[in-house]
Amino acid sequence: MTMNREGRPTAPAATKDAGVSPTFTGNRALDIEEKLIFEVGRLDVTGVDVEDPGSFQDRLGGHARKAPIDLPGLTEPEAMRHYVRLSRQNYAIDLGLYPLGSCTMKHNPRLNEKMARLPGFADVHPLQPLSTVPGAIDLVAELGRWLLELTGMASVAMSPKAGAHGEYCGMAAIKAAIAAKGETRPIVLVPESAHGTNPATAAALGFKVVPVPARADGTVDPAEVRKLLSPDVAAIMLTNPNTCGLFERDIVEIAEAVHAAGAYFYADGANFNAIVGKVRPGDLGVDAMHINLHKTFSTPHGGGGPGAGPVVLSEKLAPFAPVPFVRFNPDGSGEFVETRKQAGDTATPFGRITAFHGQMGMFVRALTYMMSHGADGLRQASEDAVLSANYIKARLSDVMTVAFPERPAMHEVLFDDRFLDGTGVTTLDFAKAMIDEGYHPMTMYFPLVVHGAMLIEPTESESKQSLDQFIGTLRHLAEKAKAGEVESFKAAPRLAPRKRLDETRAARQPKLAWSEPTTPKAEAAE
Amino acid sequence: MAKFFTKDHEWLSVDGNVATVGITDYAQQQLGDVVFVELPEVGKAVTKGGEAAVVESVKAASEVYAPVSGTVTDVNAALAENPATVNEAPETEGWFVRIELSDEGELAELMDEAAYRAYVDTL
Amino acid sequence: MRYLPLTDADRAEMLGAIGVADIDALFADIPLDKRLTDLPSLPLAQSEMAVERKLAALAARNVSAGSVPFFVGAGAYRHHVPATVDHLIQRSEFLTSYTPYQPEVSQGTLQVLFEFQSQVARLTGMEVANASMYDGSTGTAEAVLMAHRITRRNKAVVSGGLHPHYRGVTRTVSEMAGDRVDTLDPDPTGTEDILARIDGETSCVVVQSPSFYGHLVDLRPIAEKAHAVGALLIAVFTEVMALGLIEPPGAQGADIVVGEGQSLGNPLTFGGPYVGLFATREKFVRQMPGRLCGETVDADGKRGFVLTLSTREQHIRRDKATSNICTNSGLCCLAFSIHMTLLGETGLTRLARLNHANAVKLAGLLETVPGVEVLNRTFFNEFTIRVRRNATDVVQALADRGVLGGVPARRLEPKHPWLDDLIVVASTEVNTDEDRAAFSAALKEVLA
Repeated sequence: MTMNREGRPTAPAATKDAGVSPTFTGNRALDIEEKLIFEVGRLDVTGVDVEDPGSFQDRLGGHARKAPIDLPGLTEPEAMRHYVRLSRQNYAIDLGLYPLGSCTMKHNPRLNEKMARLPGFADVHPLQPLSTVPGAIDLVAELGRWLLELTGMASVAMSPKAGAHGEYCGMAAIKAAIAAKGETRPIVLVPESAHGTNPATAAALGFKVVPVPARADGTVDPAEVRKLLSPDVAAIMLTNPNTCGLFERDIVEIAEAVHAAGAYFYADGANFNAIVGKVRPGDLGVDAMHINLHKTFSTPHGGGGPGAGPVVLSEKLAPFAPVPFVRFNPDGSGEFVETRKQAGDTATPFGRITAFHGQMGMFVRALTYMMSHGADGLRQASEDAVLSANYIKARLSDVMTVAFPERPAMHEVLFDDRFLDGTGVTTLDFAKAMIDEGYHPMTMYFPLVVHGAMLIEPTESESKQSLDQFIGTLRHLAEKAKAGEVESFKAAPRLAPRKRLDETRAARQPKLAWSEPTTPKAEAAE
Repeated sequence: MAKFFTKDHEWLSVDGNVATVGITDYAQQQLGDVVFVELPEVGKAVTKGGEAAVVESVKAASEVYAPVSGTVTDVNAALAENPATVNEAPETEGWFVRIELSDEGELAELMDEAAYRAYVDTL
Repeated sequence: MRYLPLTDADRAEMLGAIGVADIDALFADIPLDKRLTDLPSLPLAQSEMAVERKLAALAARNVSAGSVPFFVGAGAYRHHVPATVDHLIQRSEFLTSYTPYQPEVSQGTLQVLFEFQSQVARLTGMEVANASMYDGSTGTAEAVLMAHRITRRNKAVVSGGLHPHYRGVTRTVSEMAGDRVDTLDPDPTGTEDILARIDGETSCVVVQSPSFYGHLVDLRPIAEKAHAVGALLIAVFTEVMALGLIEPPGAQGADIVVGEGQSLGNPLTFGGPYVGLFATREKFVRQMPGRLCGETVDADGKRGFVLTLSTREQHIRRDKATSNICTNSGLCCLAFSIHMTLLGETGLTRLARLNHANAVKLAGLLETVPGVEVLNRTFFNEFTIRVRRNATDVVQALADRGVLGGVPARRLEPKHPWLDDLIVVASTEVNTDEDRAAFSAALKEVLA
């Protein structure tokens, strides 16, 4: 059998609560427990007053609903409390340093939110006559131009809805380009350290995934790539900076080898935020790269989405971009190409990957961020992000173990769990202990190429004071682990709204929707 | 009944020309709490080294390879209801499939218990 | 730069602690000849006021839906969103949090997802729903892939009433995966015979109700035929508001229900971000794409929620995942769920009825305009009219008169000239009697 993960406990051990004695309500001052809407709401209550249209002859043709839906409602004050109470159980960038490696939890400027809500952007329909939305088209074109300038690429497909969707878009363009040449190339090379989306994307497009091993310093060896290249290889998917937080220094050589074999170079742009204004992927031989607007350009993560993943394409791939796309006219203005027919002879779009034009709300936010920073600010942001990660690395390397110490880190630094050897404390325990100290844990157990990975990305949004407190906290925890205080780690977190959750139980007996609890009477009848 | 092991941490005990296959105690410890087991259909032909089942913990999904070639004659349907059996009794009640051997010669390539224990000690 | 807290003194001190002379030493792995020194074609940093001025000028060049009589639908709908919704989704703890991978400090997002899943399951009449997809179109394509995994077949039969963009996405994704799609012709009259296309090789039948052209479809006979040959029924909707009034697809035998949830809580925003709803039967849950939130307990036995059944997903299963999706439409599904909670069944039913009433009024009014024919016998808040003229020209002429009067079918169906004179028209609760009168008067003028 394969074993692709270190086993780790997913059912929590019982812990002794040394905390405060229970309260009557279960609440603790500002921490207020909140039941489900199905427990507090009522079927006959609504928080929206709707005018009554009076009686009329319906045109439902007998399709009217016959049974109740069973959906509770709340009045406005109740709804407000419900969601405000719930919100207080979340960690957030606005609360503190959020060091999730590979996720780029940087500050989300509120000007971005304000601009996205202008009626001229928020209250326009994707299928209004184009003559009524010239400002929207210009905005998409303007964002496209910034992306092309920053990446040094030829063309951009704006419609992908998220990073993984962008990967799909770029790899589909590669597949179409290969088919247009009359070739079949069934294999895609993916380094072992890659995000799971890379192999999943390649597989969704019918490619077979062949892993590329990492060399001892955490980067990809061009010699390994050359060994794997053949006329069967369609592309390599390479993240740069990679998920170990290192810049693939042989990227140009890899790109040249890939091109010499007739294959394409897909760059996963998840970590583009480290190099904006420092180097352009187009100058490194990249053929396609998605850009996570929610990482590099600060559109909010929103508890898991929505993202946006425009894909920049090289000259060779540009004709295959899916509809709709923005065509730049010689005078610099942009226009929407919505159908294959409108694309004319110059383009052969591979198809369509979403309804409408893409994540306009995110485009407005990202462009606002770019305009605010300007070329100088974007470059400074990259430098500050890299500086902060290296500062953390330098200040922690004596108490924690840096996975790949020999190369400079980029925007994130990868530790492994060697410093915990013999302590009985695991990466998971260490991460959970950070919660009690007021931090969100770092990314753990990813990438898979080191044992007990801890990937820390501070971003450029932290002051030195904030970084120093974070460093002090991790030093304290590392020393505490080495001093044998295992029990406090195993019990962590003790101060969060919930202690460790039983993930084993959730997966063994999935309960994915609310249902009325069985009454004691019904149980007795069984 | 002879018991054999693979380097991929499957065990099989052979009775006549039928092998009962599962994962080893070492494997279940590495996986952590097993939450789901996907079993093949009875009658499916499997080849040595091919995928025979999938075992999932919360954080991992691992393929279980057929240690021998043959035809699946029985599967442990009880694991669907109670996957924890794989953790509790991996080498007895936690078995996965029974395979009717098509080439008994393949058994010669497997480890015996002592060899497997020695192999695990090196990991 | 107002967003960057480090001072030059901090930077110098930090470089010292690292032990390098300058910042470029940290970028040493970037090939020297490739490093940028400048980006001369891009502007420099600007103040908040300057940026706001420029973007406001761009926004002002668009005709916003709220500023005119507005009847555009076709997959995205203008509804009134209560002020509470937008206030709550801007709470820092919702807006600036990540995917709830650390459940101890993410119970807010997780409980919302659990409530959202429960609401979607009930609305659609299904047993389970996921934590959302990008939008209805990608959800539809993913539903087809899921049906193929379940049935181990690879042919989808796609109704001519399916939104043309959804059909396009489904076809692209299917072609790329090497699967087959049998697509019926566009069905503006709601009279296609899809039963005849379902055979023993069919994996799934994809039917939208209300259809792209507004018709309400009886799903029962389609479900029966599909099930008889071992295929699944995928029921699609683009207007979730309809489920407040019409029978849910789950009650009509659908196996997978997907749709667009934008109508609840989310503004039009020129097409995105939206929120794809995805629901199915419990027995198919392990073949589902996307995130799932489930109930469990913590170490003290208190109820809590976690993301679960993750072995389906790309971060664990990699090339064997059910989908490459690595996100959900988090904030949009929060907005959906808040709006749904505010409405409750009582409010949703009333609002859906008002939508239908307004559309009935509009249809009645437009039917009196010479040269206009309403093609629908049934509809919810959207229907198709035939104007016996080039519909693109008519819609443009209406826009020139300050009325956004629907979508010409040809805009989405460029390959079908016979749809040339059709306009898909929607009327929701936001339209007043004055709006409708203005529409019909302008249409009368244009067609005269």
